[in-house]
Amino acid sequence: MNAAPNRVAPVRIQARGWGWQHSGRRNRAVDGLDLVIEPGERVLLLGPSGAGKSTLLHALAGVLGADEDASESGELLIDGSPVAESRGRAGLMQQDPDAQVVLSRIGDDVAFGAENLAVPREEIWRRVPAALESVGLHLPLDHSSSALSGGQKQRLGLAGILAMRPGLLLLDEPTANLDPAGVVEVSDAVRHSLDETGATLVVVEHRVSVWLPVVDRIVVLAPAALGEPGGVLFDGPPATVLAQSRELLAAAGIWIPGYIPAVRPRTAAASTLMESKLREPGLGTSDTGLQLLLEAEALAVSRTKGRKRHPVVPVAVVPQVRISAGQALSVTGPNGSGKSTLALTLAGLLAPAGGRLEASPALARGASTSPLKWRGRELISRIGTVFQEPEHQFVTGTVRDELLFGPRLLGHGEDSVEELLVRLRLEHLADANPFTLSGGEKRRLSVATVLAASPQVLVLDEPTFGQDANTWAELASLLTELLDAGTAVVSVTHDAAFSAVLGGDRLVLGDASHPVEVEASNVSAPISGPPTVPGPDVAKSSVSTDGVRS
Amino acid sequence: MAAPRSRAWLSRTNPLAKLGAGIAVTIVLLVSVDWVSATVALVLEFALLPLAGLSARMLIMRGWPILMGALVGGYGTALLAPKTGEMLLALGPVTLTTGSVEAGVAIALRGLAVALPGIIVLASTDPTDLADALAQKLRLPHRFVLGALAAMRLVGLLVAEWQTLGMARRARGVGGEPGFFSNLKAQLGQAMALLVQAVRRASRLAVTMEAKGFGAGPRTWARESTFARHDLWVVAGGLVIAAVSVSAAVALGTWNPVFG
Repeated sequence: MNAAPNRVAPVRIQARGWGWQHSGRRNRAVDGLDLVIEPGERVLLLGPSGAGKSTLLHALAGVLGADEDASESGELLIDGSPVAESRGRAGLMQQDPDAQVVLSRIGDDVAFGAENLAVPREEIWRRVPAALESVGLHLPLDHSSSALSGGQKQRLGLAGILAMRPGLLLLDEPTANLDPAGVVEVSDAVRHSLDETGATLVVVEHRVSVWLPVVDRIVVLAPAALGEPGGVLFDGPPATVLAQSRELLAAAGIWIPGYIPAVRPRTAAASTLMESKLREPGLGTSDTGLQLLLEAEALAVSRTKGRKRHPVVPVAVVPQVRISAGQALSVTGPNGSGKSTLALTLAGLLAPAGGRLEASPALARGASTSPLKWRGRELISRIGTVFQEPEHQFVTGTVRDELLFGPRLLGHGEDSVEELLVRLRLEHLADANPFTLSGGEKRRLSVATVLAASPQVLVLDEPTFGQDANTWAELASLLTELLDAGTAVVSVTHDAAFSAVLGGDRLVLGDASHPVEVEASNVSAPISGPPTVPGPDVAKSSVSTDGVRS
Repeated sequence: MAAPRSRAWLSRTNPLAKLGAGIAVTIVLLVSVDWVSATVALVLEFALLPLAGLSARMLIMRGWPILMGALVGGYGTALLAPKTGEMLLALGPVTLTTGSVEAGVAIALRGLAVALPGIIVLASTDPTDLADALAQKLRLPHRFVLGALAAMRLVGLLVAEWQTLGMARRARGVGGEPGFFSNLKAQLGQAMALLVQAVRRASRLAVTMEAKGFGAGPRTWARESTFARHDLWVVAGGLVIAAVSVSAAVALGTWNPVFG
C-alpha cells in the first residue's frame, strides 16, 4: 500500500510520577503514574472503573486544563514537551456519537479541526476527501451529518481528527454506544487509518477482543486509593498481559476474550411450574400453555403520527407477536429495522400505526385493553420499560427517591425498595444524585426503578450496550430470576449471548429493503446450565436468524 | 436545517448582501404608513420568490403565522383608527369607516411586506454560510459565531430528544393523570429534563470542539465567504424595491411619513 503522503510523525508519551485530582474529589483520579509509550505503539488501556483511564486520555488531549481547583503533580509529556504546548498533536474521540459532530455538512465537519489549526485552505480540501476515504465514508461532502448512523458519526469524528494529522489518536470507549455492525466499522476504520498514518494509539475500552487485532501492547492501570498510589499494574504484549492479569480483569468486569461471566441459569422446572400455576380457565393461554399477556396482529409501527390524508409508512410490520408470562422474547435486526419502535409500541408508549395490539384480561385487569390508553400508574404495574439511555428515565434527585417513585405512585411496595438497593449494590449510593453515578450504576438503577413497580411485562431496549461484564452478569441473572417468577421479558438486543441466557423466542426484523420479513423461531425450552455461546464481545459474530441454543 | 444546499439563485449569494437588501426594504416601509408603498413592495417581493426557491405553497406553510398576525393587526387598526370618511359599519362599539379600514389595510399589507424579506432571506440562507460571512466579512468573533452555529445544530436534536423523554417518563408513570395542573407539572418536569440533557450534550460537544483545537489562536476558513457581482444585484434589487415603493406612494399622494 502506498500510503506515504498521509504519514505523520508519531508521538512519544512520557508520564513521570504524574497525578491528577479533580476539584471537589477526595481521591486522586490518577496518582504516581510512570509510563512511556514509544512513537507508533498501539496501546489498549485497561483497568477497573476508577483507575483514571479517561482522565489520562483527557489530559493527553489537553482538555483537562480549564479546571482551576484541580491539582496536578509530576509531569506528562508529549514528545518531551508539556501537553499544553503540544496543541494539535493529539486527537480525541469520545463515546457519544452525537457529541462528535460539530457542523451540519460532513465536509465542513471534517475540515473544522484543520481550520482551527490554521491549515491553509487548499491543504484542508486535499485532506478532507482523503480522511473520509480513510474511514470508509463514501458520501458527498454536503451530505447532512445528522442523517448518519452511530457508527458513521463516530467514523466522521475520526475523519475530522485525521484531517488534523495528529501524531496521537486517543479513543475513549469509541464503540460503547454502537451496535455490533457499528463496532466493526469503527475498529476497521481506526486500524486502516493507523496503517496509513503510523500514528501512536491509546484506546480505552472494556471489550478487549474488539481491539486485540489493532493493538500491540496492553497497559493495566490500578485505581489510586487513599494513601496508596495507583499506576501501572501490568504492561506488555497483549497475550502476556491477558495471561497474567486474567483474574484481575475478569473481577473488574472487563470483557476478556473467551470469558463469559457466570449467570444464574433458568430453572428447567420453571415452565412446567408456570403451566400449573398460571393456567386459569377462561383466560387466554398461548400455544405453549403459558398465560398470554399481550398479543399483536399485523402490527405496523412508526415513530411519527400519520394524518388522514397522509398515512405514515410504517418502519416495520409484524404479523404476530404473543407475549406470555415467564417467556422471554428477543427482538433483533439491523439498524433502522424498527426494533426499538416495535418495543415502544408493545410497551404502550407509541400508538400503533396499524394492526391490533391488545392486552389480555390477565394483564389489563379491568383497565382498557389498549396499553396506550393506560394512565401512568396503570402502566407501570403492568408494563415496565427500560430505555437505552438511563438518564432519560431519572425523575428525582436521589437514588432512593428514584426507587420510591413507582411504589409511591401505586401506593404500595415501598418496603421492597431497600431490598432492591442491596440486590443491585446501590445501597452506598442511596442519597447520591442519579446523574452522578457511573455507567454501570446508572444501568442498574434504571432497571431497579422499573422493577420497583413489579410490572408483569418488562421491555428493555439494548440493556447490555456498553456494559461491563459484571453489570451484564447481574442484569442477566436478575432477568432469569424474574422470568422464572413469571414476568414476561421483551428485549431489543444485538447481544447473542444475552438472548441465549434468557432463552425464549427470537423475532428478527428485516432491513429497509425487506421491511415485512419477520421470522420467529419458537425455542421455548428453557436453558439449563451455564451457556456455552461466545460472549457479546465477539463483535464479528453475525446476528443469527435461527433459534436460541438450548 | 441540515438539508443539502438549496439550488436557488439567492442561495448562492452572500448572506450579508441579502441582509443588506432586506434591511433597505424594511427601513423604507417602517418610515411610512400607506397602502401604496406596501402593496408595491409586496408585489415586487412576490416576484422574487422563485429566486429563493420558494413556491406559494411553501410560503404559506412557513408564513401562515405571519399572515394571521398581519390580518389581526389590520383588523385591530381598523377598529381603533380615527373614524374619518363614510361610516361602513356600526354595531354598538364596533364602528368601521372608510378611513379606518384604509388604515387597517395599510397596516396589514405593511406587516406582510416587512415580514416577507425576512422569510426570503431565511429560506435561502444556509446557517453555515451566514456564520462564515459574519465571521469573515463582518469580523464578528469566530468563537461566538461558530459556538452559536454548533449550538443551533443541537437544537435540531432536541425535538427528537423531547419525544424520547416524553416516552421515557411515561414509562416511569409520570404524567397521564387527568387535570390541567398535573399535566402542566409533568410538562415542566420534562422541560427541565430536556434542559439537563441539552446542557450535558453541549458540554460533551464543547470537549470535542476543544479537542479539535477550537478557540485557541488564529484559524483559517475552509469555506471562503466572498462578494461577487451577483451580490451587487441583490443589494441593488433591495434598493430598487425601496425606491419604487416610495416613488409610487409619492406620485399617488399617499406618502405619509411617520416622522414629519
